Amino acid sequence: MTDLLKLFLSKILSLHQKAWTVVGDIYSKPSGAIGLTLVIFHICLAITSPLFVPYDFKMMDASLMLSEPSFSHWLGTDHLGRDIFSRTLLGGREALLVTGVATPIAVTWGGFIGILFGLVGGRIDEFLMRIVDAFLSLPWILKMLLLIVTFGSSTFVLIPTLAFFYGIPVIRIARAATHDFVAKDFVSAAKARGHKRLTIILSELLPNVRDSLLVEGAMRWSWMLLAFSSLSFLGFGVAPPNPDWGLMISDARGFMSFRPWGVLGPVVALSSLIIGINLSADALAKALGIDRTQKAPV
Amino acid sequence: MTKMLTRRVLLGFFTIIIVSIIIFTGVELLPGDACTAFLDRDAFGKLLENCRENLGLNRSGLVRYFEWAFAALQGDLGVAANGTTSIGELVGDRLKNSLFLAGCSLSVGIPLAIFLGVLTGLKRDKPIDIIVSTGAIFAMTIPEFVSATILILIFSVWLGWLPGIVVVSASAPVQDFFPEIILPVVVLAMVMTAHMLRMVRSSVIDVMSGDYVQMATLKGVPYWRLVFQHALPNALLPAINVVALTIAWLVGGVVVIEVVFNYPGLGRMMIDAISDRDLPVVQAIALIVGSAYVGVNLAADMLTMFLNPRLRTMYVK
Repeated sequence: MTDLLKLFLSKILSLHQKAWTVVGDIYSKPSGAIGLTLVIFHICLAITSPLFVPYDFKMMDASLMLSEPSFSHWLGTDHLGRDIFSRTLLGGREALLVTGVATPIAVTWGGFIGILFGLVGGRIDEFLMRIVDAFLSLPWILKMLLLIVTFGSSTFVLIPTLAFFYGIPVIRIARAATHDFVAKDFVSAAKARGHKRLTIILSELLPNVRDSLLVEGAMRWSWMLLAFSSLSFLGFGVAPPNPDWGLMISDARGFMSFRPWGVLGPVVALSSLIIGINLSADALAKALGIDRTQKAPV
Repeated sequence: MTKMLTRRVLLGFFTIIIVSIIIFTGVELLPGDACTAFLDRDAFGKLLENCRENLGLNRSGLVRYFEWAFAALQGDLGVAANGTTSIGELVGDRLKNSLFLAGCSLSVGIPLAIFLGVLTGLKRDKPIDIIVSTGAIFAMTIPEFVSATILILIFSVWLGWLPGIVVVSASAPVQDFFPEIILPVVVLAMVMTAHMLRMVRSSVIDVMSGDYVQMATLKGVPYWRLVFQHALPNALLPAINVVALTIAWLVGGVVVIEVVFNYPGLGRMMIDAISDRDLPVVQAIALIVGSAYVGVNLAADMLTMFLNPRLRTMYVK
C-alpha cells in the first residue's frame, strides 16, 4: 500500500511542471485569458471580501429601503434596506465553497468507478450503465430537491448531495475514456505482469484518462454552480439572511418594475463567474488536446 | 436490423424499470410518507395507523412497488396525498402545457440552430462565426433564471412590449397562452439553439473536411449544391441526438423557467408537490419525465439508425 501511495504522490508531483505549461497555453488565447482571470478574480474576492465590505450584509435600515445608488451605497439598497454592493461582494462565497469542495469529490468518485468498471467490463459494467442511465433520466432538480426538502439545505447536506449526483455523469465519461485504452497493449502487458487492478488503474489508466477527467471536472463545476444558484433562486438553497446571488436576484425581481438596478449587481457577478469557468474549461480542453469545444473560435 | 431494434427497445424498457425502482425506493427511504404529509401535525397514534391502513401503506414495500408499477403500466397513476384527486387528471393539463411550451421552443430553436450552425460552420473563424459563437457561449452558460430576468427587465419593464408573467389557468386552451408564452419560449429557445448550433457547426466542419467533399469540389460540383446535397445530410445526423437530449431536458428541466414566468407546467407542479411533500405526485411526475427521457433518446437512436445505413449494419454479425 505504501508503494502505491508513493507512486501516486510522485505522479502528482511530476504534474506541476505540466500544469504550468497548461496554464500558459490557456493564457495564450484571449478567451482563455479572460475566463481564467475572471475565475481567479472571483476566488480572490470570495476569500478576501469580508475584510473590506463597506457594510454588514445583514444590517437593515428601514429609512433606506430600496434607495437609489449613491456614494454611500454604490448599488443602492434592497427591500430591507441592506447594502446591495456589500451583499454582491459576499454573495458568491457559499456557492464557491460548496461547489469548490463538491466538484473534486464528484470527479474523484465518479472517475474511479468509471475507470474500474471500464476495466472490468462485461455484464456488471452493462448493468451499471443502465443504472447510470436511469439516474441521468431524472431531472437534477427533482433529485436534489427531494433530499433538500428532507434533510435541509445546510452546507453539510449540499456538498455530499451535489458531489453524489454530479459524480454520476462523470462515471460515463471516465468509462468511455477508459474504453479507449483497455484494449491497448500496455494494459494487457500490465495484466500479464500480474499487477493488481488498483495498480493498473492508478499507474496505467489514470494518467491517460486524467485529462478528460480534468476537463469534465471544470464543466461539472460550472453546472454545479448553476444548480446551486438555481436552488437558491427557488428558495431551496442558501438560507436568508445570508447573501447569495441567486437569492438576491429572486428577492430583487419583485421590485424590478420600479427599482431595476437591484438585480444588476448579482446578475453581473453570477454570469461573469459562470462564463469565466466555461471559458476556462474550453481553453483547458484545447490546451490538453481534447476537442470538447468542437473547434469553436472562442 | 430487427434484432438490433428489439435490443434497443428492451434496453430502454429495462432502463425505465430501473428508473421506477430508483424513484420508488428513493421516496420510500425518505422519512415520512403520504399519511404524515396528509395528517401533518395530527400524524401520530390511532389516526396515523388508520390512515396507513386505508391507503395500504402498512404492507411491505415490495408489494406496493408492484402494485404501483402495474397500475402505472395501465395508465393509472394513483391518487394524490389528499386521498381524493386522481393524479392522472392533475398531471394531464400540466403535461399538455409543458409539451406546448416545449413544442413552441423547439419549432423556433431547431431551424434557427441549423441555420446558424451551418452558417458558422461554413464561415469558420470569420467574423460572423466569432460573433455567433461568442453569443452562443453567453446564451448557454448564463443561468436560465438570469437570462429570463434580464429579458423581463428589457422587454417587459423598460420597453413594455411583452407581459413578463403568465397569468393563465392550467386548464386554459393553448391559444390563451399568447402573448404571455413568448418570453419563456425565447429564453428556452436561446439556450437550446446555443447547444444545438455548436453541435451542428462542428459536424458541418467535420463533414466539409471529408474526402468525398473534396472530391466533389474537384469534380466541379457547384458550391451550394455541394453543401445542400452532399454535406448537409451527413452533417445533420449527429444533431438528431442533441435535439433528443434537448427535448428530454425541456420536459422536466425547465422547472426554473416555469417558476420564473409562473407558467402552469409540469415543472412548477413538481416543485409544489415536493414542497408539499405530496409523494405520490412526485413519483408520478418523476416516472413521466424519466420515461420521456428514455423514450425520446430511443426514438432519436432509431431515427439516426434509419437515416444512416452505416449504423444499421455496424453491429449485425
